Amino acid sequence: MKTKIALLGTAAAIVLAPASAMAERERGSSGHLNIIYWQAVSTMNSYLSGGTKEMNAASVVWEPLARFDDQGELVAWLAEEIPTLENGGVSEDLTTITWVLKEGLLWSDGTDVTAEDVVFTYEYCTHPEGGCSYRDRYAGIESVEAVDDRTILITFEDATPNPYIPFVGAGAPVIQQAQFQDCMGARAPECTDENFAPIGTGPYMVENFRPNDVIEFVMNPNYRVPTQPYFETITWAGGGDATGAARAVFQTGEMDYAWNLQLAPEVIEQMEGGGMGTLLVDFGPLMERIEINFTDPSPDLPEGERATRMHPHPILSDIRVREALSLAIDRELLTEIGYGPTGRPACNFIVAPPAMVSPNNDDCLVPDKDRANALLEEAGWEMGSDGIRVKDGERLELLFQTSTNAVRQDFQAIIQQDWRDIGVDTRLRNIDAGVFFGSDPGSPDTYLKFYADVQMYASLFEGTDPTPHLEQRRCGREPQPSTQWQGQNINRYCNEEYDALWAELNREPDPERRQELVIALNDMFVQDFAHLPLVARGRVSAAANTVGGIVMNVWDSEHWNQAEWYRIEE
Amino acid sequence: MLSYTLRRLAFAVPTVLVISLIVFLMLDMAPGDPTASLPLTIPLEVREQIRISLGLGEPVLVRYFKWLQMTLVTEPLHVLAGLTGWDIAPDGPRILSWQTRSPVGDIIVQRVPQTLWVVGLGYLFGILIAVPIGVISAYRQYSWFDQVGTFVSMVGFSVPTFFTGVVFILVFSVWLGWLPSMYDTTHVVRDWSSFVFQVKQIAMPVAVLALFNASQISRFMRASMLDNLNQDYVRTARAKGLGEQTVVLLHVLRNSMIPVVTVIAIGIPTVFTGAIITEQIFRVNGLGDALIRAIYVSDWPMVQTITFIFAILIVLFNLIADVLYGILDPRIRYD
Amino acid sequence: MTDAAKPFTPDEAFSPPRNQWLDVWDQFKTHRGALAGLAVFVSILLFVLVGPWIWQVDPGQIDIRSRNQSASWAHPLGTDQLGRDLLARMMYGGRISVAVGLTAMLLGLLIGTLIGVLAGYFKPLDSPLMRTTDLFLALPLLPLLLILVTLFRDALARSFGEAIGVFLLICFAIAITSWMQTARIVRGDVLALKEREYVLAARSIGTPSLRINTRHVLPNVLSPIMVSATLGIASAIITESALSFLGLGFPPDFPTWGRILYDGRDWIEQYPARVVWPGVLISLTVLSVNYIGDGLRDALDPRIRGR
Repeated sequence: MKTKIALLGTAAAIVLAPASAMAERERGSSGHLNIIYWQAVSTMNSYLSGGTKEMNAASVVWEPLARFDDQGELVAWLAEEIPTLENGGVSEDLTTITWVLKEGLLWSDGTDVTAEDVVFTYEYCTHPEGGCSYRDRYAGIESVEAVDDRTILITFEDATPNPYIPFVGAGAPVIQQAQFQDCMGARAPECTDENFAPIGTGPYMVENFRPNDVIEFVMNPNYRVPTQPYFETITWAGGGDATGAARAVFQTGEMDYAWNLQLAPEVIEQMEGGGMGTLLVDFGPLMERIEINFTDPSPDLPEGERATRMHPHPILSDIRVREALSLAIDRELLTEIGYGPTGRPACNFIVAPPAMVSPNNDDCLVPDKDRANALLEEAGWEMGSDGIRVKDGERLELLFQTSTNAVRQDFQAIIQQDWRDIGVDTRLRNIDAGVFFGSDPGSPDTYLKFYADVQMYASLFEGTDPTPHLEQRRCGREPQPSTQWQGQNINRYCNEEYDALWAELNREPDPERRQELVIALNDMFVQDFAHLPLVARGRVSAAANTVGGIVMNVWDSEHWNQAEWYRIEE
Repeated sequence: MLSYTLRRLAFAVPTVLVISLIVFLMLDMAPGDPTASLPLTIPLEVREQIRISLGLGEPVLVRYFKWLQMTLVTEPLHVLAGLTGWDIAPDGPRILSWQTRSPVGDIIVQRVPQTLWVVGLGYLFGILIAVPIGVISAYRQYSWFDQVGTFVSMVGFSVPTFFTGVVFILVFSVWLGWLPSMYDTTHVVRDWSSFVFQVKQIAMPVAVLALFNASQISRFMRASMLDNLNQDYVRTARAKGLGEQTVVLLHVLRNSMIPVVTVIAIGIPTVFTGAIITEQIFRVNGLGDALIRAIYVSDWPMVQTITFIFAILIVLFNLIADVLYGILDPRIRYD
Repeated sequence: MTDAAKPFTPDEAFSPPRNQWLDVWDQFKTHRGALAGLAVFVSILLFVLVGPWIWQVDPGQIDIRSRNQSASWAHPLGTDQLGRDLLARMMYGGRISVAVGLTAMLLGLLIGTLIGVLAGYFKPLDSPLMRTTDLFLALPLLPLLLILVTLFRDALARSFGEAIGVFLLICFAIAITSWMQTARIVRGDVLALKEREYVLAARSIGTPSLRINTRHVLPNVLSPIMVSATLGIASAIITESALSFLGLGFPPDFPTWGRILYDGRDWIEQYPARVVWPGVLISLTVLSVNYIGDGLRDALDPRIRGR
């Protein structure tokens, strides 16, 4: 065996080493692990935060009934198996689902996990005064009942083709009733001790938590897998900046795992040359796009009518202009410059999971400025003497806004130049992210108000089901004064056909037919050039070469299999 | 002077209250949104409920007085109880940070030690370096020492700390491997070796800050010394046969301290609000980090409380400066 | 007797007493550092004002194929991550940075000095003005600036046009947040100066307050004001770039030194030139202003000028 490894060389050694080490590895044998989150974790109670970083930290303590693996497949976690129509766990009329807990589950304080805890979780998060961030996970539920100690029955208000949302995934974990029963509703934020050191079923327990600074984890002695977790303790540091975090993994070796390294490709490449770590990338539904405003954002309109459907956009209502704008953009180039290996050019509204991605729009990858020019000519925009097109005395000028972020400003500059080549003048504006992504109806600069002609940002959806994401573009869902500018139909898209098709998707239980419908909706939206997809962005983390067992997962928490991480012995 | 000081102290209370009210109203007007930093997957209806659960549904003045009552009574008692172990902590709600949903007072207490270690020492060393450099530069005006000092301090002030910080990290952490690039806030100084580690981990951020602060203070020191070195009283003192050292260090220095005292008095409170960029580069997680992150996510209770303490310090240190003026130059009278 | 042969010119006979400012200039000329500073400062002005006429490259021109290049004949300072010519960007960026730096500094200095003198000299004003100073020192900067944007950006853009509106807003924002130190320093010095014998003497002969201040007090607080001025330029240039991150500054396609410096931040290791060049230019501007200030101070000081 030994000679074989030597002969097979280093590549094989890396594959075989974990296998040979597997036999002797036991609980706590790997010692200490250092994780760095440059955006620090602010609370351990992910229900009160909603941020991805808090969800990730909570996911090593709290666990859901089922979660998604790295392929986006559902796996039973605290539940014994995934309830389906076939095994009778989901009722024929799609209104109920029955989960059964694994046998002998214990909380880290040694008490039993019961169905009552699951029911309590539902009550905790749906309390009207609690401000629970994941409340939409428990929307549309009529009741959650404990049938016996291990069986939970969820009854939905309507037929629900996708019942795998409550208690599924890192965003909807089960919490302990005994610990949180006095923390309901308005009292939820006051339970500082509970929120900072939740009792869970996961592989680790919080020993020390300092908000926005550091978390110290120790093993959970009652964890259900007797040989895991392998790491005895974890220091989960926070703060600093992305560059410093990357440097600590790649160059100084102070840290073992760094999360969310949004850095320029060349910077990452150069640091990876340090040789101490590896970049981990995987692609989920996150996509950077340009949204096109279908309504007129002109400041000359009275407040209350500006950027509403009362006034269609004078330039962008013409699909030929929108298509020309799309044709002028070089998505491959944008990806290479802004994201390198951590991005992929995108042509679709729904870019993941793979089965739901439309194959019909890939021609957008090749920019075609001649065709863009021809389309603009056809639409009546004549080239003016200064290289900017004119129609009826109006210059073809657009205001392009986005949040402040180095990559986005580079994209703005590149796209500005691409559009100038086809005779479109672009004014740029960047806005502080805290204002841009806010929903303060008093601020003129939010992405919801959209007081610009086009704007760029990234959006995504939770889990593997894009139905709610597609719903956002239904007519009437647009931000408008009567809804205090709340609503996610950002570009004020309105298409009856689209709405009808979405209604069909929302009723359809058959997975294959659902895929077809998702693709059809996607194509309708994309081929209307209602928004211009740019880049599908991956999750980017870095791990030291001495840590094994990490499986990058974009559908759930990156730490979904934290118990299986281990130190590779040299 | 004593009555002046007492009067000023009495007047400081309303001053601080007015400042805090203005800051509160200002933050209320600011366009930030505490839910802006959440992922876009969280629906807008849920965001609205989160805002209500943060207490944003109430009128601004009601929120102000609630906050004031908690800042003046509840939080100090809790902090005192935490430090001494006395059972004086009152029941009832505390000021909760919107971001962490935990009491603001506790977070501030957690952040003070590293802030004092790094930013405080950085300022202290800055002063200790700046004063002699300023004095010598002025005394030997246009000597090579002065020219080098001028050059270094101007560059030191106009090159931002992120540049010096990264250069330090590259040299001492990446290439030489002598010093850690990340500050460990959980480190406790117990014995000699842990003290050595502490010195190692503060060495780079303190050096960066000391350079920056020294640049600024030494300029004021030098300018003020120059002004005084040409005064008649210096000539008189020399004519009386006083030693050069006595003349410079006793008479000139004392008379030159007024602008320097002013600058330092404005600077010391800023120690408390931290050095944002330096803290970020070295992952110090001090108060500066807490403040800037709170501002970015519109965590107004946190911003409000840190600003309140900051305002107290500003009023206090400017008062100390005014008293020092009177000691340095007895001709200054306030009454 | 060649002198007698010289024709009588009325100009010479009745030439007024030598102008004070000529004396100042004569003294200024003898200060080598000040002259060098002036030369550097004029060169910087030429670089940013005339430079773009000579080096006719569009600072916004993206050329992806030639990105991240080091210095060459085509790009004397190299190119940035989008292949934009760094020299052209430094020239155009300098226009804004120098203009903002000087204007904001002067404005801040003006406010600071005015408040400082008023507070130091007129006792009844001292308390209210200094408490206002305390207030401004305590205000958190970023939310204040965000409010300024929301309130004034559109209004200013409407009345003055986009570019000038933004320029005014930036200068105002920097000035309103940076005058406090000057005010405190000036006040401190004025408090001491107004008890000096010559001021008391001036007052006793009935000199009006305004005249005492402009003639006797202000010249003597000039040196700390000069230091504030030089330091103020540097922080104004840096603050300008911080403002553009908030969306308060110029649109992102306007290069400025501060912005180039910050954009270079992530690239320090690979392409240090991107941080060094703007850093050098900012430092040179500050250094030259500092030496000019030194020379001016000496030249304005009658005790030195006499010698």
